Amino acid sequence: MRRALPAAAAIALLLSPLLLPSEFYVNIAAQVLIAAIFALSLNLLVGYGGLISLGHAAYLGTAAYLTIGLVTRAGFGQLPAALCAVGLATAMAAVFGLLALRATGLGFLMITLALGQILWGLAYRWVALTGGDNGLSGFTRPAPLGLALTSPRAFYLFVVAVFACAFVLLALLARSPFGAGLRGVRDQPRRMQALGWNTWLIRYAAFVIAGFWGAVAGVLFAYYNQFISPHVLGLTSSAEVLLMVIAGGAGTLLGPLAGAAVVVLLKNVASAYVTRWVMLLGIVFVAIVVFMPEGLVPGLSRLRRRRRAAGAA
Amino acid sequence: MRFWLVQSLNGLALGGLLFLLSSGFSLIFGLMRVANLTHGAYFMLGAYVGLSVLNAGYGFWVAVAAGAAAIALLGGVLERVLLRKLSGRTLSQVLVTLGIAFIISDASLLVWSGDPMPLPMPPSLTGAVAIFGGYFPRYRLAVVGISLLVAVLLWLLLERTRVGAMIRAGVDDMEMARALGIPVPRLFTAVFCLGAALAGMGGVLGGPILSVYPGLDMDMLPLALIVLILGGAGSLPGALLGSFFIGFLYTFGQALLPDLAYVILFLPMVAAIALRPKGLFARAA
Repeated sequence: MRRALPAAAAIALLLSPLLLPSEFYVNIAAQVLIAAIFALSLNLLVGYGGLISLGHAAYLGTAAYLTIGLVTRAGFGQLPAALCAVGLATAMAAVFGLLALRATGLGFLMITLALGQILWGLAYRWVALTGGDNGLSGFTRPAPLGLALTSPRAFYLFVVAVFACAFVLLALLARSPFGAGLRGVRDQPRRMQALGWNTWLIRYAAFVIAGFWGAVAGVLFAYYNQFISPHVLGLTSSAEVLLMVIAGGAGTLLGPLAGAAVVVLLKNVASAYVTRWVMLLGIVFVAIVVFMPEGLVPGLSRLRRRRRAAGAA
Repeated sequence: MRFWLVQSLNGLALGGLLFLLSSGFSLIFGLMRVANLTHGAYFMLGAYVGLSVLNAGYGFWVAVAAGAAAIALLGGVLERVLLRKLSGRTLSQVLVTLGIAFIISDASLLVWSGDPMPLPMPPSLTGAVAIFGGYFPRYRLAVVGISLLVAVLLWLLLERTRVGAMIRAGVDDMEMARALGIPVPRLFTAVFCLGAALAGMGGVLGGPILSVYPGLDMDMLPLALIVLILGGAGSLPGALLGSFFIGFLYTFGQALLPDLAYVILFLPMVAAIALRPKGLFARAA
């Protein structure tokens, strides 16, 4: 009962956008949840593993390119294309992880950035394969089990289902012994090593799992936009998702969701008034890092604790 | 044969520009442990400043000096105002430099619009000279010469002056340098200004070859990263060798396999990461 109530409330909250009159808001809610899956995947690395990646767009972008490319160019069916996209992008994470985890800290950040740029370069310059700057289009959403995802509300339901899976599984992972090991490796790598943990393997597993969920977000991203261009693989995308994690509160479960909501809303609202999204992104980035390094969710819950303590006194 | 000679010169010229970009990047990283992700933006902004100075009717060398000075000032202010505040929090510093890179990138788009614009060459350096029966663009030869001159001057600064000795001491062992009374904070600002000035100067000098366009910053930043990974942190010879190697690789890649040139560029980096057992970013001895 203690768990059932919050779960029911969460599901109700997740489904509430379906009641909104305008499909525009339903679409924005879908964008928020897709971004949240993406941010949750990166949070595993940044928040729990202490590994700051500046190349996480690689997995979302590759999976999205594969989803659309395999269907429109290679004649795959929708389901095989989606499975291949997630499988190949995860395999890529397994290879990239071998390279990136030669270092931690700054070195890790720079290697992930460089690896991300390779993919951006491929997408942008290898025109025959990727359509270059024009990207790939001509894709339509699938209709799994007879549910035509072309309707925004049906698509939103689909996204909610995937998001719920991702959230629950990643929450369980964070609470599992593996999650505890990952946090231990983040805070006390040498002690963990002395205790007999294989610190490299824990980080590597986290890297691959993060790549997997990033790829899942990529498939949804491809379904949502039905179009993909190199922009998705750019450093700006990787920075955006890192901002979601840091702004919301790295290492918490609700932080990435809050961060995704803030960034997606900011992006949509801001683009209605100003065209300078990248500048705004930079300003928010600097402001968050300088003034609120711990993020929204930990910051707010600290505030709440303080008020409660003041009320009790 | 002509092809190889001409492309070699192009590779040298690009290598020279990369050296101007990445020597500062490497010094800043070696000394301050800050991966300054604004460095690509410095290069681009330097080129734009140079363009504006040229459009205002001043000469090319005035533009080079103005680009270097403006970016040095910007770098110094950023270091003093933002990075200093976050000292000791390396990752926060890196994220702040990334945020600033986005701001500069977008602000440049606002000010100088989205069209690629080549900087005009100085009139004294247009045309070509004949060497060994081949014709070589004079400007590219000059760029190679200037970058080599800068390399020598930097080497003299680092190896033959008191300030250089302090910088080297800081790169080798920061704690010890502090303990010996070396004014590390001032050194940080100085090196940051120097690195920024070199990047800004590189941007103006690169203008006639690469043009200046939105996105130049993000094109150049990964190149500086690769050079750093290949050459080692804070190592001047490493930066020089790495720059020319990458300059050659990119030039020939673009001439022979244009679709994949950008990707080929990263192969030595991947090899270096995979093969170097430890101390990928170790401070250069």
